[in-house]
Amino acid sequence: MNKLVLIAGGSTLVYVALAVLMGVLPGFELSNIPPGPGVKPLTVLEAQGRDVYVASGCSYCHTQQVRPLQQDKVFGRPSAPGDFTYQTPELLGSQRTGPDLTNIGARQPSVVWQYIHLYNPRAVVPQSIMPAFEWMFQIVDHAPPGVAPVALPTAYAPARGVVVPTRDAQALIAYLLALKQAPFPGESGRSTAPINGAAGAPTSASAPVASSDETAQGGALFTATCAACHQATGEGLPGAFPALKGNSTINDADPTRHIQVVLNGLQGANVGGIVYPSPMPAFGTTLSDAEVASIINYERSSWGNQGTPVTREQVAAERAKGN
Amino acid sequence: MQTSVAVQSSTLSSHDDRTLSLVFCAYTIAAAFWLLFATAVGVLMAYKFGAPDFGPGAWLTFGRLRPIHTNSTFYGWASVALVGLAYYVAARSSRARLYSAKLAWIGLALFNLAAVAGTIALDLGFNDGNLEYREWPWPIRLVFLAALLVTAWNLIGTVARRSTEDIYLSNWFTIGGVLWTCVIAIVAILPWYQYGLGQVSVSGFYMHNAVGMWFTPLALGVFYYALPKLLSRPIYSYALGVFAFWTNLVFYPIIGAHHFLFSPLPWFLQTTAIVFSVAMLVPVWGGSANFLLTMRGRMHGMSRSYPLMFIFVGVVGYLVGSTQGTFEAFRSLQEVWHFTNFTVGHSHLTMYGFVTFAIWGGIYALLPLATGKAPSQLGLTLHFWTALVGSFIYITSLSVGGTIQGLDWIRGLPFIQSVADMQSYWLWRGVGGSLMLLSHVVFAWNVWRMSYGVKPNASLDDSSATAEAEA
Repeated sequence: MNKLVLIAGGSTLVYVALAVLMGVLPGFELSNIPPGPGVKPLTVLEAQGRDVYVASGCSYCHTQQVRPLQQDKVFGRPSAPGDFTYQTPELLGSQRTGPDLTNIGARQPSVVWQYIHLYNPRAVVPQSIMPAFEWMFQIVDHAPPGVAPVALPTAYAPARGVVVPTRDAQALIAYLLALKQAPFPGESGRSTAPINGAAGAPTSASAPVASSDETAQGGALFTATCAACHQATGEGLPGAFPALKGNSTINDADPTRHIQVVLNGLQGANVGGIVYPSPMPAFGTTLSDAEVASIINYERSSWGNQGTPVTREQVAAERAKGN
Repeated sequence: MQTSVAVQSSTLSSHDDRTLSLVFCAYTIAAAFWLLFATAVGVLMAYKFGAPDFGPGAWLTFGRLRPIHTNSTFYGWASVALVGLAYYVAARSSRARLYSAKLAWIGLALFNLAAVAGTIALDLGFNDGNLEYREWPWPIRLVFLAALLVTAWNLIGTVARRSTEDIYLSNWFTIGGVLWTCVIAIVAILPWYQYGLGQVSVSGFYMHNAVGMWFTPLALGVFYYALPKLLSRPIYSYALGVFAFWTNLVFYPIIGAHHFLFSPLPWFLQTTAIVFSVAMLVPVWGGSANFLLTMRGRMHGMSRSYPLMFIFVGVVGYLVGSTQGTFEAFRSLQEVWHFTNFTVGHSHLTMYGFVTFAIWGGIYALLPLATGKAPSQLGLTLHFWTALVGSFIYITSLSVGGTIQGLDWIRGLPFIQSVADMQSYWLWRGVGGSLMLLSHVVFAWNVWRMSYGVKPNASLDDSSATAEAEA
């Protein structure tokens, strides 16, 4: 019997000591980290959305931690301990079958896009393998007052009636849009790293004619920032997002309006006689002047477009004007 | 259903044998069901990677199936099968009867109750925070904890009745494993130190310990008993086994934070985890060498004994999978592999190539001794080769694909490119997974043959019959 007590009891005591040392004590210590500057608790609706996120198992494919590594810069600034104060249960995740969502509210701020994507991801990202969350929506004849129907592209819209989000979907989207990293002290809200992570900060975007390097960089920025809605082909999605190919604003010799739209967003766009109800988000807060110029020059020189190139200074001048 | 015999007796009656055999059979049958269920869910998920719109509706969505797959593999299949084996090993190696058959039945009922309730809860969206391997709502995890406590009590009671002087090494690992896992389960449930980043550190501790302090010791316990049994020779070095026991106990609990390298967890915690991940090579290589040296010189006979071949694959899976784990813990390699499907390949190399093959080896070596009924040679052949080829395809495709996924990110390609590049590897993963499912159907048939099948009196091969007599 003594041997049994020694082996079973002794090893269990050793294990309890190690469990306290490696699990419980760090847990106590790290549970008391104060919130970082600008880190706030979620609203009631956002917190409900977080519960939907957990119930649907979103974090089995999406992480919420940005590592201090080059390849993670596309997702935001590196996560800091103070970011997690209000995050219980923790949703750091272990797989990135889909992209990191730490900063998705800033990276993809379009509510319209988020709803379409949740309803069926392939409507906006053809190669996506994310499940369609159609069961979080209802098809009704008329949207109830105060609820906007989802602006689905024609190919995914129901034959009759409109698609409206349930409370779960509304809460989930509210939560996703609330996922915005608070900037580190001393930094502006604008991205500290280029949003695509593919290229370093542009050094001379003032040359009036885009070099091939800048075109490549503009293309990468376009892919990361704009292609989700306007698509890599520049053709947009009929019924949801306007085409940039052959777009009169983009081919206009005067780039003022083009710059204003990218910086400040747009509501109720009328493109080629069709009015798009979906608002375009403002990118002035997340992109630098040079990045905006790169994107605009890429759009003005792709898909057969022939708009005149713009400079970083022109963007800065428009930004100074405000909207 | 038999309950425990109240009268203490020094000699084992045939009634005790029958009770032990019944318990062992019942645990194995329940486990085989969970294996089939968990694998079917896995194959469905693998299919969804190519056809994401297949199986719409909340209850078939990937995010609900994924924890059902992992938890029913862990707590339905592997846990129940290993506890069944542990009971048999404890009673036989101690030359004692089971302390209480009643407790064994209660334990089995609790394990299954927890797994059924947990599966239903997850499918309805009751997920305790997406925290890996502890997703069941906490009251259900209390039921699992109760099953562990019952098991620990019963195993200790059985070994305490031993008519041998020593406690055989297998029982060190199985009793230790059950008791440590009770501690893990309690640490995981108590909330006071699990807020924000505090919970992250507990998650790191938990997700690794739930694997390495539960499945690893119980599977090693199977090796230490079944290998000498099959070969009719003692383990190469008993002292090395004891050494592996204590080093595993001290090193393993420290390495959990390596799941959160480059995270906001304190850097020293991450570095400590890396250092001890390297230290884990000591018990892993020591243990593996011990098993391989026990088999030395008997390899030529291995092809005639499928139980031995299952165990051999299990030992190699333990050696390769654990060594791979050490390498994955290096920051340089973690930069490439973290968050990719490489880790899914790793978890299958260890939970399948090591633990599951070890369980099969143990069941095929020992269940026929308990029941006197053997599976057919065809059943063994089919099971072994489809499982081996299937898991090889599975692990290889995800390891290669996962590496490409990680390199895509480092090259700064648009994220969706890493999804597109994985498609052909996911297809091959599905092929491997389907073969694995097929092999589990054959396994279920073999289990049926070993439990309900006819008893062909002279069909057991001589060497194992002799070994049984010697034990």
